[in-house]
Amino acid sequence: MPDLRLSARLRAAADSDLWYSFRTSPVTIVSALTTLVLVAAALAAPVIAPHNPFDLASLNIMNAGLPPVWDAGGEAAFPLGTDDQGRDVLSAILYGARISLLVGFASVVFSVVLGVGLGLVSGYVGGRVDAVIMRIADVQLSFPAILIALLIDGVARGLLPHDMHGEVALYVLVFAIGISGWVQYARTVRGAAMVESRKEYVQAARIIGIGPMTILWRHILPNVMGPVLVIATIHLAIAIITEATLSFLGVGVPPTTPSLGTLIRIGNDYLFSGEWWITIFPGIVLVLLVLSVNLLGDWLRDALNPKLR
Amino acid sequence: MSLLDVKDLRVEFPARRGLFVAVDGVTLTVRPGEILGVVGESGAGKSTIGNAVIGLLEPPGRIGAGEIRLEGRRIDDLDEAAKRRIRGRRIGMIFQDPLTSLDPLQTIESQLVETIRLHLGLDGAAARARAVDLLRQVGIPDPELRVKQYPHQFSGGMRQRVVIALALCAEPEVVVADEPTTALDVSIQAQILDLLKALCRDRKVGMIVITHDMGVIAEITDRVAVMYRGRVVEEGPTAKILGDPDHAYTRALIGAVPRPDVRLHRFPYVDYIEGIATKPPAIDLRGHWLGKARDFGAKTDGPLLAVEGLGIRFPMNNAWLERNRRYLDAVKDVSFAIAEGETFGLVGESGSGKSTVARLITGLYRPTAGRVSFNGTDLTAITRDRDLNPFRRQIQMIFQDPFSSLNPRMRVLDIVAEPIRFHRLASGRDEVERIVRDLLDHVGLGAKAAEKFPHEFSGGQRQRICIARALATRPRFLVCDEPTSALDVSIQAQILNLLKDLQEELRLTMLFISHDLPVIRQMCDRVGVMRHGRLLEVAATEDLFERPQHPYTQELLRLMPHFEGLSHDNLDVEAVGGAG
Repeated sequence: MPDLRLSARLRAAADSDLWYSFRTSPVTIVSALTTLVLVAAALAAPVIAPHNPFDLASLNIMNAGLPPVWDAGGEAAFPLGTDDQGRDVLSAILYGARISLLVGFASVVFSVVLGVGLGLVSGYVGGRVDAVIMRIADVQLSFPAILIALLIDGVARGLLPHDMHGEVALYVLVFAIGISGWVQYARTVRGAAMVESRKEYVQAARIIGIGPMTILWRHILPNVMGPVLVIATIHLAIAIITEATLSFLGVGVPPTTPSLGTLIRIGNDYLFSGEWWITIFPGIVLVLLVLSVNLLGDWLRDALNPKLR
Repeated sequence: MSLLDVKDLRVEFPARRGLFVAVDGVTLTVRPGEILGVVGESGAGKSTIGNAVIGLLEPPGRIGAGEIRLEGRRIDDLDEAAKRRIRGRRIGMIFQDPLTSLDPLQTIESQLVETIRLHLGLDGAAARARAVDLLRQVGIPDPELRVKQYPHQFSGGMRQRVVIALALCAEPEVVVADEPTTALDVSIQAQILDLLKALCRDRKVGMIVITHDMGVIAEITDRVAVMYRGRVVEEGPTAKILGDPDHAYTRALIGAVPRPDVRLHRFPYVDYIEGIATKPPAIDLRGHWLGKARDFGAKTDGPLLAVEGLGIRFPMNNAWLERNRRYLDAVKDVSFAIAEGETFGLVGESGSGKSTVARLITGLYRPTAGRVSFNGTDLTAITRDRDLNPFRRQIQMIFQDPFSSLNPRMRVLDIVAEPIRFHRLASGRDEVERIVRDLLDHVGLGAKAAEKFPHEFSGGQRQRICIARALATRPRFLVCDEPTSALDVSIQAQILNLLKDLQEELRLTMLFISHDLPVIRQMCDRVGVMRHGRLLEVAATEDLFERPQHPYTQELLRLMPHFEGLSHDNLDVEAVGGAG
């Protein structure tokens, strides 16, 4: 009876301490709602955006540089104004947030897979394998993450033909941000895996005869995922910021598919000519997104690890 | 004239799901020079009483009703500053763990001097002289020298002496000792108890000793209060309570204490705590899954398990050159044999290497010397991991800590089913599930336990799950490494009963490891005594307890608590030879 089990699990979840700590923290509820709204809006961009900023045919240069609707000269068709090419800022933000979130999620997933995998092996096998992996991690930690991302992006630009780069720029970006973040997962998981692998339930599994891969996958991995979840949430915010930074520097996604960072960079050129809305609104969305994801991560860390409080 | 009065004390902890009452309506009295024992099992509220008396209740805990009086004056309603003046000055405290109750970054002297100056107002030189004097009184050799040392330079027993000196340094009238010997080995426990007793008599200090251990109660207390679920169920002179208890719970508790002097067939039922301690129906092995296909291969002559010259050494440093390396011999030159159907005990203090022997036999460690033979096959000669699997099936292990020996993320069903699935002992999902439910039922948990997660169970119930998992491979040989030392005494009695029943029904051979001599006497046919990684003596249990040969064994037996005057009612004494 799977439905019976499901309802039992739902009841257990509603009764759990995690849900209770969520319910009793207004800051967490607000940040969860903000995140939810932003993510939903980004996902639904093609449906809810008033214009399609990528459709060059619909752009009219006559609409360029319109202020937001409440300012003198604003038009109702462009609630947050338009940029220098007549693109609707609101639509651009919706589409841009999509790219930002996509790059953020994908690079976090990449980091988690790489970091957790290496961390598990490092912590469970130990010895020389552990030493090699951890020294690589130490070396990487001595470079700033943004520098590594820049380096990888630069190498990719140098190696790939120019016309191809536009297509794969997104993947290069995900790889660059992802590779710069795995160390933290590897270190955390290594420590946790070392603790777990000394516990008696792992010894019991070894006595049964279960092999190391199954032990890692079935016994150790589920028990080290708590801190990984916490880091991943906070890392998501960092990844979005990193993407925005790279795009702001002009080495991120191509200008034809603008992310929040690209929008901020484009708007930056017009900031002092009075067209503040082109850069301020994407900036506000970026701050809201990163702040609420960060607050969620903080709550998760406290809720899952009462000792830290 | 009473020194400390606790009257109708009620301690509450407001929690998410309403008020939790840890202590309810407790009345106790301590007179000068008297030791009052507070005994009970985990969760009975005995430590909470101690914390309430010294005014150190963990927030959000609070005293809901009742009063605490020291020499007639109320102390429970004082403000924090006034409480601080009493705490340490007039009421001393001895904690359970000597490892964590001393500051590792300060010398013994500075910790003692700080407290002495604070409470007695002596100047530096006088305080230092007093610190040395105190260390001498608690029996620390060369106190002038040792007072300059740090806590890590003291052994566990010596450290607990320092903690006692710390509790005594302001000459308190009352001392609260919370499990003062639980973290110590049996030989050190006896010394500390003697010391507490002498200090109490000489200084006319009133003492409350909080413990779960009937041995400690029998050894040093004058009166004892028995606690059950936050209430005192019975209180009186120690001899009366232990010898002729009135309350059913006290009787059950005393019946569950393993006796060093007689071997019982089974422990009397203790259904007062966990309501599941019914004797499971005997299995008819011919029809049952557990008895089916005992496909272990032919039984050879000779012992089922034999270890010869077994040894393992761990490198202590990481030197490149072999001659610079130093090793620790965790186990050295251990040889014994266990016949089919026998229970062999290994006893020793912490660090004696007995658990390492268990891990060598089960293959968790590879020995650096000697061999382990199972049913005539040398297991240490098998190099391919897969070739070991048939033997792994036959050798299973039950661990000490029921809280870490179950994967917290797996359902009980999957935990117990894992060995069955791995060794392909049953076909089909439904059959596996049926077998698991049957096993859980059989270890006294009820088939419903399968859907739950380990954290939903108490320590004793978890140990039952561990036993079910160990049985799930239909083993022939079971290694029990301190299976009950993390459990309350009544739960211990249930688990030991269960192991005895299972052994009888399934004709299991067992290696039973414990530091607890009375438990060893209840469970084992033959016993080996270990110290510093070496096996000192092997003898039949009755011989070992009645006529120990090795001086170390004699010493261990001498220090074992003897429970004079413990009630012998309703005991199911096993008819065995010797002076039982």
